[in-house]
Order: sequence, then structure tokens, then C-alpha cells
Amino acid sequence: MNIHEYQGKSILKSFGVAIQEGIVADTPEQAVAAAKELQAQTGTQWWVVKAQIHAGGRGKGGGVKLAKSLDEVNEKASNIIGMQLVTPQTGPQGKKVNKVLIAQDVYYPGPSSTSEFYMSVLLNRQTGRNIVMYSTEGGMDIEEVAEKTPHLIFKEEIDPKTGLLPFQARKIAFNLGLSGNAFKEMTKFVTALCKAYESTDSSMFEINPVLKTSDDKIIAVDAKVNLDENALYRHPDYAAMRDITEEDPTEVEAGEHNLNYVKLDGNVGCMVNGAGLAMATMDIIKLAGGDPANFLDVGGTANAARVEQAFRIILKDPNVKAILVNIFGGIVRCDRVAQGVVDAYKSIGEIPVPIIVRLQGTNAEEAKKIIDESGLKVYSAIQLKEAADLVADVLKK
Amino acid sequence: MSVLVNKDSRIVVQGFTGNEGTFHATQMIEYGTNVIGGVTPGKGGTTHLDRPVFNTVADAVKHAGANVSIIFVPPAFAADAIMEAAEAGIGLVVCITEGIPTKDMITVKEYLSGRNTRLVGPNCPGVITPGEAKVGIMPGFVFKKGRVGIVSKSGTLTYEAADQVVKAGMGVSTAIGIGGDPIIGTTTLEAVKLFMADPETDGIIMIGEIGGSLEAEAARWIKDNNKKPVVGFIAGQTAPPGRRMGHAGAIIGGADDTAAAKMKIMAECGITVVDSPAVIGQTMAKVLSK
Repeated sequence: MNIHEYQGKSILKSFGVAIQEGIVADTPEQAVAAAKELQAQTGTQWWVVKAQIHAGGRGKGGGVKLAKSLDEVNEKASNIIGMQLVTPQTGPQGKKVNKVLIAQDVYYPGPSSTSEFYMSVLLNRQTGRNIVMYSTEGGMDIEEVAEKTPHLIFKEEIDPKTGLLPFQARKIAFNLGLSGNAFKEMTKFVTALCKAYESTDSSMFEINPVLKTSDDKIIAVDAKVNLDENALYRHPDYAAMRDITEEDPTEVEAGEHNLNYVKLDGNVGCMVNGAGLAMATMDIIKLAGGDPANFLDVGGTANAARVEQAFRIILKDPNVKAILVNIFGGIVRCDRVAQGVVDAYKSIGEIPVPIIVRLQGTNAEEAKKIIDESGLKVYSAIQLKEAADLVADVLKK
Repeated sequence: MSVLVNKDSRIVVQGFTGNEGTFHATQMIEYGTNVIGGVTPGKGGTTHLDRPVFNTVADAVKHAGANVSIIFVPPAFAADAIMEAAEAGIGLVVCITEGIPTKDMITVKEYLSGRNTRLVGPNCPGVITPGEAKVGIMPGFVFKKGRVGIVSKSGTLTYEAADQVVKAGMGVSTAIGIGGDPIIGTTTLEAVKLFMADPETDGIIMIGEIGGSLEAEAARWIKDNNKKPVVGFIAGQTAPPGRRMGHAGAIIGGADDTAAAKMKIMAECGITVVDSPAVIGQTMAKVLSK
């Protein structure tokens, strides 16, 4: 589960990770009040107004602005709140900004120069252990760094029995070229960061940039925190941080019905049991000349009610020109699913797009008979190949 | 001979008396699997499905000679169940449970290292050796006995592949559903090695999906050690980056995670890669007849 920068930072801070301080605001008035309060707390002279959306690259889209006076805080917050922010990660339609984080200016002048680093904590799937990934090239797109200068990316594996050890924290600080007080601060920073990662059941932390300030403090200027959804039952306070306005409304609705649905951009909807078969069905649609409009796994119990709900979800997408239902009936009987399709069709009324139903497995023949004899505009198939050909035929019409 | 499970496997069901456990244990018994009993803490000494219930896995080993366990306990308790089975000396643990926190699986992986316990799963359909033992939730009738080994991250896609194999006039030696989580016990490579060493397996079907590097690892090993034809399919050629496709591990995080990247490596390593999941069976028939 993704959370906002301000939420991620509050979690980090609660584990002793030094952060760029800030206060979240919903309106320009609140933003100005937040700026005043932040000045009283930190002595900051300038402020950064940061759009809070679940996507990176906010600065590139104009969602992060420096304000040098309270009037400017008001102006920038007014511009950003309510804007449709387009970043490289949002897609062309962008995301609406509902909140801004008023953050302290941390690039103030001082005895030494500032430097930016990259740091993330994540699972190394190959070893089944967490790693700290870090680089001297902070503030940049890490994929780009990995491609152009892979030798500037370092990795440190965390032994689950011990956690990050002090010598590892020192190694990280050395590799980042730090010395003196900044070195000590970095060892504290990375140690606290790993502790926070493990304690919160996170699946990824990405801090980009980690800043060495001009007075040798080490702080998280941004925080991308991704929590393991399977572990949220252990963290009800974090579960409450979910912001459904950041999610696709149809995906939220599908989730409420325990349907695993991901909206895509294509023209052929699909309804499948099992995640792997669902991905494979999307691939078949593509091979047949269409583009998948969604991923939808109805799960192990594809009964009539779920089938109907799944149809309703798929039909919310106006781009859908055809629907492919692909169920491999194992424990689920195909004839029951077929009856579910027929009932759903009648219950929804006129479904304006052709439907191809492929039912294989237990009672597949009976299922095909139910579909064929229903008198509905539904094409039936048993073999996957037949279903793929039917999709191609329907798209040509 | 087959791999992992056969008619002599003595299976204990952890989470025996729960809904899932009861339903699938019944199906396994009907299939003819040698289910010796189950474990439900606090219900030891009773019977369920005409078989003894034990308080601990160690009791099931001691009193009923269990050597394989299948786990249906809820996600919050599943990691503990796996480690209990390992501690009791169970050689093969098949964990069906979906939704185990990653942190718990990191602990499990650490716990199992250096022990003689093989884990299959979690979040998997299990293992079946047709006609001998079904240790999982797959529909048994789809799997007819034969000489093609199947390793797959996906449940229904495994059934699909098995069905195509049977329709193409062949059969399955053993099918291993390894699961779609980020941390799993038996990897694609380990399953492939088992099949390469199995005299009753002539060809291997390897079904993967986006995310992780298991398929590439297996492919590189196959390149150097290939003795049998391998047909491969990767689900998710049309999946967008950064979105989780149902399985916790099915997410494109980097360039190596994509279906295209995996299919390229597999093809370079001598695997017959199919674009369409509809032609897995016929392709296997073709490469085996060469």
C-alpha cells in the first residue's frame, strides 16, 4: 500500500529517522498557518510547498515550489491545491492534488556544501533478504543511474538474525564519501531507517534525496513508503493511512467485492479465475489483435453473484468493445459458472458488447450447452485456442 | 518414480479441521492420497474425516509416521506452521496459504536454511503426482499420468497446461505449483533440477510470470545442463510496469522483470518459448516427437 510523503515522513520520524520537517495543509489558509508554525518550530526562513499525490516526479510537473514569503506560500499553495498534476508517473490525465506539505527549507547556506544521496530499503527476491541500496547520485532517477553509472550504486544485505550491523552502517557512510559529524549522522540515519523498515512491515522505502545539509545533518527530504498489504492487520494505524482518492474508483469498488481488478487502457475486458491465467488471458487478447482493458481475477469461487459483479465492473469502462470470460473450472463447476453468466446477463439487461465465454474443466460440455441454448448474444468455447480465435473474429466485425 | 510425492507419501494436514482444510483434505482422500491425519492445536486425540487429529506436527510424525505436510492455516499463523513442520522433521512442506507477510517469510527462509526440509509455496496450488498423490487444491481429474513435468507459479494456468498436455495425447509425471509470492521455498530452478533427474519425466513445461528472476536463473542452468526438452511460457506480456497483477510477486519493478526480457533469456538458453498459453500442450508434443 502506498502512502503520502507526509505520512511516510511521520512514520520515519517516529523511529528516529531525521526528516525535513513539515506540516500538511488542505487549503491555502491552512498552508499559511502551517508555514508560521513551522517557522516558530524550526526557524526556517523559506518554505517548500509540496503537492501530496501518490506519484513520483512531482517537481517536474510543477508540484513542488519554493516560497520565500508567507504571501508566496499562499500563492503557491493556491496554485497547487486543486491542480491536476501531471508527472512522468501519473499518465497524461494527471492526478488531482488535495493536500500540500509545507516543508522547511533545508538547502540553507552554511559552513560546508550540501550533497544529495539516494537510499532505498527493499527485498532482494533472489536471496530472500532485505537490502539497503544507496548511491552518491541523489535526487536523480535511480533507473537512469543504474543504466549509465552502475558502479555508483551500492548494496548492503541485511542479515535477518542481526539487522543492519554497525560496521555495515559505517561502510555505507564511507562509500558515500562522508567524514566527521556527517559520517556519524549517516550511520545513525541508516540504522534508524532499517529499524523503521523492519518494524513497520514495509515492502519498500525510497528516500531520494537523502540530504547532507550545510551544517552536516543527514535528513530525508522525500519519503516514498510502501507497506506490505499482507501485514496491515498488524498495523491498524498504518492501514488507516490509506487514501482511496488516490486510487481508481472502479478498482476500489472491485476490491470491496473481493475482486482483484486492475484497470488498463485496452478495448477487450476479461474475467478470469486465477492471477496467472488472468495475465495469460490478457496476453491472448493482445495476440488476437485486441488490447486488454483490465486484469480481473474473480478468485476461487466464481459463483453467479461474483460473475454479475465482475460484469458490472468491466462494463463501467466505456472503452470495452468485447468481453472474454475465461474460467478453468476445477473445484468450481463450469455449468454453475455458465448459469451465473446467463443470470448475470438477464439481471443486468442488455449488455451492449459481445461476450465470449470459455469454460473448461469440470462439466465443460454441460456449460457450453447452457450458454448455447440461452438465446443470448454470447459466444461459447471450450479450448483456449477457440476462445482466442473468437476474440479475433469479434474484433474484426 | 516421479518427484516430491508418490503413493508412499504419508501426508499430515495442518489446519485439518478448518473449512479449507476439511474441504481439501476430503478431496485429497477421495483422490486416493495417503492422508494419515491432521493437526489442529487443542483438538489432539479427536478424529476428523475418520483420521486422527494431533496437537502438534511432532505427534503426527511420532504416532503416524507423517513425512509430508500440507498447510491450510490462516496467513497470520502460516509461517509458524511451516517452522513447526520443519522442526518436527517433515521432509516436504506444501504451504497453500495466500497472504503471508513478507517479513514472516524472511524468517521462515532463514529458519529452513541448513535443515532437511523442502518448502513448496506459499500461495500455491500444491504438488500432484497423477494416480498416486494429490497434495494440493488442484482438480485431480485434469491430471492424467504421463511423462511431462510441469513447474508453474500459477494455479489455474497449471491446470490449463496439464489439460492441454492430456488433450495432446500425453500425461503428467508430476506438477509442482511453486507459488506467486516474492519469497517462496522451492524455486523454478530447483523444480527443473528434480525433473531433469527423474527417469519418468521426458519433457518439462516451465510456466512463469512477470516479476523476479526465477525463470532466468532456471534458464541459465538449463543452457548448461540440458538433457530434456523444455517448453516455456511467461504470463504478463501485456502487464503494465509498477502494478501488482494479483500475485504478490507479479510486479514489474525493473527491466529484467518483464515477460519480454524473461522470454528472451529463456529462448537464448534453448527453451522452446511460446507466445500463446493456448499452444503449450501441442508445442510439448511437437518437441517431444523430434
